Amino acid sequence: MYAYTEYDQQLLNERVAQYRNQTERFLAGKLTDEEFLALRLQNGLYVQRHAPMLRVAIPYGMLNSAQVRVLAEISRDFDKGYAHFSTRQNIQYNWPALELVPDILEKLASVQMHAIQTSGNCIRNVTTDQFAGVATDELEDPRPWCEIIRQWSTFHPEFAYLPRKFKIAVNASESDRAAIKFHDIGVEIVKDAAGQTAFDIWVGGGLGRTPIVAEKVAEALPPKYLLSYLEAVLRVYNRYGRRDNKYKARIKILVKALGVEAFREKVEAEWAHMKDSEMDLPEAEVARMQAFFPAPAYATLADNPAELVEQRAANPGFDAWVKRNCTAHKQAGYMAVTLSLKATAVAPGDVTTEELFAIADLADQYSFGEIRSTHKQNVVLADVRQDQLFELWGKLKELGFATANIGCLTDVICCPGGDFCSLANAKSIPIAEQIQRQFDDLDYLYDLGDIELNISGCMNACGHHHIGNIGILGVDKKGEEYYQVSLGGCSGRDAKVGKIIGPSFFENDIAGVITKIIDVYVEKRIEGESFLSTYERVGMDPFKERVYAA
Amino acid sequence: MPRKIIKDRAIVEDSFTLVSEPGQLPANGDILVDIAILDDLQSELANRDGKVGIKVTGDVEPELLASHLDNLDLIAIEFPVFRDGRGYSLARILRDRLGYRGELRACGDVLRDQLFYMQRCGFNSFEPRDDRCIEDALNGLSDFTVTYQADALEKRPIYQRRP
Repeated sequence: MYAYTEYDQQLLNERVAQYRNQTERFLAGKLTDEEFLALRLQNGLYVQRHAPMLRVAIPYGMLNSAQVRVLAEISRDFDKGYAHFSTRQNIQYNWPALELVPDILEKLASVQMHAIQTSGNCIRNVTTDQFAGVATDELEDPRPWCEIIRQWSTFHPEFAYLPRKFKIAVNASESDRAAIKFHDIGVEIVKDAAGQTAFDIWVGGGLGRTPIVAEKVAEALPPKYLLSYLEAVLRVYNRYGRRDNKYKARIKILVKALGVEAFREKVEAEWAHMKDSEMDLPEAEVARMQAFFPAPAYATLADNPAELVEQRAANPGFDAWVKRNCTAHKQAGYMAVTLSLKATAVAPGDVTTEELFAIADLADQYSFGEIRSTHKQNVVLADVRQDQLFELWGKLKELGFATANIGCLTDVICCPGGDFCSLANAKSIPIAEQIQRQFDDLDYLYDLGDIELNISGCMNACGHHHIGNIGILGVDKKGEEYYQVSLGGCSGRDAKVGKIIGPSFFENDIAGVITKIIDVYVEKRIEGESFLSTYERVGMDPFKERVYAA
Repeated sequence: MPRKIIKDRAIVEDSFTLVSEPGQLPANGDILVDIAILDDLQSELANRDGKVGIKVTGDVEPELLASHLDNLDLIAIEFPVFRDGRGYSLARILRDRLGYRGELRACGDVLRDQLFYMQRCGFNSFEPRDDRCIEDALNGLSDFTVTYQADALEKRPIYQRRP
């Protein structure tokens, strides 16, 4: 993975000093709440229901074991012994003291980590596929491009005070695990007519109050132009995005208002002044970044070794785990293992101090010391030998990370919700738990197959409810918490926003409603058909009739 | 007493007087004219000694300024609130595209913690808000010694100048 040069480290050290000074001036009354708000948000610090929340950046989801140990130490020394993986591959602490945040940043900086631009109206952490570099369906490793974008966007002097937040995701695989069409910019790595790497640029996707699928504004952009093109998009947005209403300030509203053709013209007019300049990426720079992401020192192995075949035959639980939680790998004899952070009665994405230390140890022992976070709030060990899967499974079971439910109904994406977040209208974690308790039969879950269920505690949609095959949104009605259910959302290549089924439901009824929806699917499905395909074939009506039947 | 500003990284007295209405034009001295009344004053300005600057907001189209640039000694971009980032893009277009080399000033809600970015976008003078310590604001210009991007001062992004 990327390793800091002295230059990168100096920038980070100067940032810690700058933020320490800002905090001191705030505590001394020399910065108003409003002035400090913008500064602390650009550093990922929110003031929440109980205490501040600090969001730490995990650039495109990549971590090494030393970094995870420091994250563990911070959760122990500055928090209440746990941390939370977010839906944008970052990690959050819910109980740090505002005046100690500079100390936390200093500790993070010692392992090349930070909280820069994890919040605020600026360019946020760039995200990508959690299986980058190991996926069998990828054109090339997106991570060097992510790092190029990370450096360009870090402390960009022109784009720190945008109309609203700005999220960029990069995808290089057929299935799009990064949900790029729901980002302000989605960068899709493609091959041009000559077989050379190029980029399709999608702009204006997003969730929140106005969920919109992005539109393609550039096709097969040559790599040397990647940053100048992104800069042109950002400049058009910074100049023309609405600033009068925060709910209409995202770039998606600008793209809709202008229409994609007019938006593209504005970008290209801007870009004409920027391209073919020193901003062009030299091939040597791309090669330099690629050199930071070599294949690890894999052993020469074959797929499906005899011991794995025997272990799977002898242990149905292990076999189910391999099927659900292990992903095919580019390298023969290896698989990528997803640790499920979705055990029932644990808040989705939450990990304790001890668990973080254990994950670091497992990464050292089984996966070249590297760890990835996923936008579905799980953790991946990307390079595990197939002949060591059984041993790893045993250790993960002890830790509670072996719930074999990846991609199932109970692998819920869920925001922290009303239990923690001051924006939320309703709780979300207890809803996830209610559903996990209702669907506790793993065999039944496997029979149901892949179903994405996403829960958000408010319209801000941190739990991505719009793009869940089943989405649940917490709403507030006269001080009571209700839940709106939508069906048919999809985050992948055929990106779609779900449709609301009808009037919202009472908290205690949610598991029952989901059960009725699943029953309709099971009755209507044709052999092998997924929930989403069934929904698309039969439409909303049968589901609607069932859930509202007297 | 003339107000103090930061110019070229030093605290100096501001020589410009703001003119917001056509009748206010002083007989001599440097003037900063609100762009809204620039056309009304064109003939008077031509026969006058002293430097001329214009004051604009971040949403002005830079092409509108292009024909004036050769005659201007100062362009002041007003930030109605520090969170309004349009002035940063306007500054870069004036410097990088239109080649403006005169004084480029940030005024309005200008605070220490935004000065470093402003400087990188091409501002070389600053009117920190009246209620703040100008000496303290000056420190904001030195928050970082390293940067990744091309900007108005350094045309080469990090990948063209790696140490």
